[in-house]
Amino acid sequence: MTENNSTASHISYLEETGGRSGIFKWILSTDHKRIGLLYLYSIATFFIVGAALGVMMRLELMNPGQQFVKPSTYNSLFTLHGVIMIFLFIIPGIPAVFGNFMLPILIGAKDVAFPRVNLLSWYLYVIGAIFALSTLVFGNGPADTGWTFYAPYSVNTETNVSMSVMAAFVLGFSSILTGLNFIVTIHRMRAPGMTWFKMPLFAWSLYATAWIQLLATPVIGITLLMIFAERLLGVGLFDPSLGGDPILYQHMFWIYSHPAVYVMVLPAMGVISEVVSTFSQRKIYGYKAIAYSSLAIAFIGYFVWGHHMFTSGMSGPARIIFSILTFLVAIPSAVKVFNWIATLYGGSINVKAPLLYALGFIFLFMIGGLTGLILGALATDVHLHDTVFVVGHFHYVMFGGTGFAFMAAIHYWFPKMYGINYNMKRATSAFWTIFFGFNVMYFPMMVVGVMGMPRRYFDYLPEFHIPNFISTIGSWILSVGLLMMIGNLIAAFRKRKKAVDNPWNGKTLEWSVNTPPTLLNFDEIPTITKGPYEYHEQ
Amino acid sequence: MSKEPHTNHIVSFSNQLKVWIALLLLTWLTVTIAYIDFGNLTLSIALLIAVVKSTIVLAYFMHLKFDSKILTVFLILVIVIFAVFIGLTFFDYALR
Amino acid sequence: MSSSISNSAITAVHQVDEHRDDGASKLGMWLFLFTELILFGGLFLVYSIYRLMNPEAFAAGSSHLDVSIGAINTIVLITSSATVAISITAIQLKRKKLAINLLLVTILAAAIFMVNKYFEWGHKFELGLFPGGDAFNVLEGGEKLFYVLYYFMTGLHGLHVIIGAALIGWVAWEVKVGKQTHDNFAFLENAGLYWHLVDLIWIFLFPLMYLIA
Repeated sequence: MTENNSTASHISYLEETGGRSGIFKWILSTDHKRIGLLYLYSIATFFIVGAALGVMMRLELMNPGQQFVKPSTYNSLFTLHGVIMIFLFIIPGIPAVFGNFMLPILIGAKDVAFPRVNLLSWYLYVIGAIFALSTLVFGNGPADTGWTFYAPYSVNTETNVSMSVMAAFVLGFSSILTGLNFIVTIHRMRAPGMTWFKMPLFAWSLYATAWIQLLATPVIGITLLMIFAERLLGVGLFDPSLGGDPILYQHMFWIYSHPAVYVMVLPAMGVISEVVSTFSQRKIYGYKAIAYSSLAIAFIGYFVWGHHMFTSGMSGPARIIFSILTFLVAIPSAVKVFNWIATLYGGSINVKAPLLYALGFIFLFMIGGLTGLILGALATDVHLHDTVFVVGHFHYVMFGGTGFAFMAAIHYWFPKMYGINYNMKRATSAFWTIFFGFNVMYFPMMVVGVMGMPRRYFDYLPEFHIPNFISTIGSWILSVGLLMMIGNLIAAFRKRKKAVDNPWNGKTLEWSVNTPPTLLNFDEIPTITKGPYEYHEQ
Repeated sequence: MSKEPHTNHIVSFSNQLKVWIALLLLTWLTVTIAYIDFGNLTLSIALLIAVVKSTIVLAYFMHLKFDSKILTVFLILVIVIFAVFIGLTFFDYALR
Repeated sequence: MSSSISNSAITAVHQVDEHRDDGASKLGMWLFLFTELILFGGLFLVYSIYRLMNPEAFAAGSSHLDVSIGAINTIVLITSSATVAISITAIQLKRKKLAINLLLVTILAAAIFMVNKYFEWGHKFELGLFPGGDAFNVLEGGEKLFYVLYYFMTGLHGLHVIIGAALIGWVAWEVKVGKQTHDNFAFLENAGLYWHLVDLIWIFLFPLMYLIA
């Protein structure tokens, strides 16, 4: 074993084919790093598809009146955009790509606990994706219900809802297996000396996320199975004409889907903690507070789903309780923001692309979070419910938050993952284009939402024209920025400028291993004696 | 969790049989009691017996009593979260 | 040259794989069982809300179910749970033959359970008490919901019985060929856990479906 290591140690995982060739060295490999990259390529593909659908929607909304799609097509557009972005991009996003790639390295392990289950979960992801996209071809067109599949419309519509819910079901299974794997990995595979409070905060956030994936996802699984059965067998579980209660569907849906937004954002917060600490060369401020706040968000996240249903006919006391609980969840989120800012304060800040994206996250997530409180307050929500304001809020949290963290993560770990550098100047200008385009696109949505424009319509009243026009222009700027970013990363493979082992002077374990890492990550499993962010204070 | 490979604890044949008999008795009890009219308490009594039965299954057949305590802690967490689902949903339906 | 290096690396990976961690696989199994509990939990949530909304209809629906079939199936499942548990004791005491026989009894019990279920459902279908059936269509909403939930919950449970029995069959074969032994029986233990879960869910399904009339 030791002599194997001495020869194999400098063979990177990318050169290590496991005796397989071509595509098989990817789709049959149980190496967590290759699986992470498999996820990266598939998720990036669907992100581009989803973004293209979003640009089409913006084009339709550029001017009042029908532009170039039929109303029913528009309904399918926003449903497919939602399903793809939620289930295929943002839920698996950071955990499946960077969690898979980095978690074992961060805690000093050779792989995840169940490597074959890990590969299985990628296959399930692909099957789910095929299901979701097959609705474009099979049946009466893609679902037109919105990604929420609200009953009874989802039961009655002619479009191919059955296939879409099965897609979400399979993808949920994939997500569960990833979460299960991470929990066991963190419990059983930490290196000697890697105590819970010596774990990097990204690992903490993945741990909290994994518990949500594990305990919330089955609820959507069973709910979607009921919708499926209802469509297939005509059994009225949520159909009022057969005795069912559609509001119960909304409860079941949001029992999962609200915690799910923390599946989306918690790993993002973990990434930001890593990036902020490394690029200010300072020990993270309030390590334990950030670690505990991840668990607190995960836990409180189970208590607040009702704030999606304030106008649906829920009982008065329930609405008040859900509103109060919603405010509670803002506390641990704010704890994190304060801690990041305190970490930056007095640090030797190195303004590079990963930090820019992280700062973009903090700024945009704050706008998203605070508009979330406006929606969480019962009285204002009654006015704003189902307006474009909600769409603006959601994109500030999910794209401005998780999306920016995803981009921070790719710029942060890219040199380690591939052993090459990207062009920093272009990465920076891509960031500013994205940041500018993002705000031009989504801020007008908040304005026009307060003015009263409802969401999910292909047309609108003339007085909403100007904000919508600006927003569409923003979508073009944003698209250009995204293409610049992607192009810059792809160009890195042509230039192949070799990266050093530790380009940002990071202190967590991934920076101590080879670039790119070897198959087993470590020549010898390290013994951990220090915390994850031990910088010498200047 | 402890790093030892296994629960080396062996539940003896006679203890397993005792658990089995206890579960059969409780099944008999729950069926018998169902025919007595307790009014609103019928459901609660049936559920109480079910909880006792499942606790026995979890503790002995599923080895929770002898395994690492973390599994029990996790199970309690799951039950708490499920109770939150039920409880908050009832806040809606019971108070409409 | 490169192939020899990669071969050595494969062996290294294999050694990692073969570094057995039964604690990890048991924890993984429990986490999976939690997802199953919540999956059924979602159905119990729907059940409890609809029962709250339609107490009389649920009692009426329940009174049409055959308590004796339900009780027999409960006994069958509890017994099968016991046989799996005892088979673990048996394998720990190196009584391989006994362990296999107990596992076979478990599969037999699963078969009895499913046959009972078949007759129970078959009888309902003859009466037209199924979604779309004549007797079903004239029921009021609450009672319809009861029957739909009855079919959905016992159907999903039955599916788990079949999967569990298949797992037990697989593990019995592994015991037979010596892959599960007195000091290496993690798969037997995990398959057993899954089977107990099937029992656990039935422990709640039985009173909620059959005994609330």
